[in-house]
Amino acid sequence: MKEVLLIAITAIFIQNIVLAKFLGVCPFLGVSRKLSTALGMGGAVVFVTTVVSAVTWAVYYLLLKPLDLIYLQTIAFILVIASLVQFVEIVLKKFMPPLYKALGIYLPLITTNCAVLGVALINIEKELSFGLAVVNGFMTGVGFTLVLAIFSGIREKIETSDVPAAFQGISIALVAAALISVAFLGFTQLAL
Amino acid sequence: MSKQKTSALKVFTSGFIKDNPTLKMLLGMCPSLAVTTSAENGVGMGLAATAVLLGSNMAISLIRKIVPDKVRIPAYITVIAGFVTIVKMLMEAYLPDLNDKLGIFIPLIVVNCIILARAEMFASKNGVALSALDALGMGGGFTLALFIIGSIREILGAGMFFGLVLTKDLFDPAIIMILPPGGFLVFGFIIAFINKVSTLNVQNQELAGSCNISASCNMNCLECASKAKSAVLGSDTVAKKDTKADKAKSSEVSNGGES
Repeated sequence: MKEVLLIAITAIFIQNIVLAKFLGVCPFLGVSRKLSTALGMGGAVVFVTTVVSAVTWAVYYLLLKPLDLIYLQTIAFILVIASLVQFVEIVLKKFMPPLYKALGIYLPLITTNCAVLGVALINIEKELSFGLAVVNGFMTGVGFTLVLAIFSGIREKIETSDVPAAFQGISIALVAAALISVAFLGFTQLAL
Repeated sequence: MSKQKTSALKVFTSGFIKDNPTLKMLLGMCPSLAVTTSAENGVGMGLAATAVLLGSNMAISLIRKIVPDKVRIPAYITVIAGFVTIVKMLMEAYLPDLNDKLGIFIPLIVVNCIILARAEMFASKNGVALSALDALGMGGGFTLALFIIGSIREILGAGMFFGLVLTKDLFDPAIIMILPPGGFLVFGFIIAFINKVSTLNVQNQELAGSCNISASCNMNCLECASKAKSAVLGSDTVAKKDTKADKAKSSEVSNGGES
């Protein structure tokens, strides 16, 4: 239990996937203009990182490692992710139409979200067990959603404020992201 | 974005300044923020990505007439992943130190928007030689951008440049610049600087200029993604999905534009 908690706090706060690891910056800047879209994207990412963590763990430890094909890791993982996202979409459409309606348009954007491939690679790098890998995938997604929600709130404020011409658009968003990142830097002092 | 009829020289040089993939088109943001804690890391990452881009652009240009349209994106991604694996193994063998520093960002070159974007926008429409030139230009532009960001962060954050101590007693380095917040901050200011310079060139279009930049980021990332998805789907449902994604995209963009 202690291990699970440790992974959760590390993934959400200390090593946040966006602010500390810089993965998934594109959707972070792209879909964070409104809180509703941010939460939709966040939900889809939580779902996919969890499933991808489980499947890539199985592919690595049950297929690539016994067959001595570890060098195929990158190719195998990206193909797994691309087909898995597609599979998840089909299953959701068939069995959970309400959830599909909510997440539908965000799912295709996830294949090229480097946070997803990043989580899969980090799980292998840290040599986590199956259960902990799934927990790490889920919590990383939660951390992504949290930051996306905070950031969309800030951007809704920025929309109405008087920003210097040169800083308008993505530039002020990056500066705002820097300030949130400073806030999250405080969590690194937690002695775990 | 296609330059089928332009001269080879133009293809090569446009990647550096005019269409700089990182600073102008805002592609490949993740590595530009993550590995630029020093000029050396930035250049290393830039060269690794250039090598992958060169290989994938040439290979994709060669197979562009064989691959059916519907499965082209999975095919491209597999080609790219293959070259990433080659580069990763070469770096493990010959540059182990740099490989350790860049860590998981080497395999993550696979999902770098720049590579897929160039495959889709350029290599799938042009010959091998032009595609190679385009790869070198774009890769060079990416390397240049990472070098600039990395240099600023290393000088301000560590008082060093390529590992040489520059500012021994001038000022205490601000460590925050080589920590994650520094990456966002430096990148934000560089883009503001570019906006400023380009508005000096084109007067009366200050707002339009800055909006274009943010819009192009959105468009490109979403474009890549929706293409990747439609490729995997490869059926008639694609069209429907794409229009949905397009709607989402255009609403996002117009929200930004109205502000």
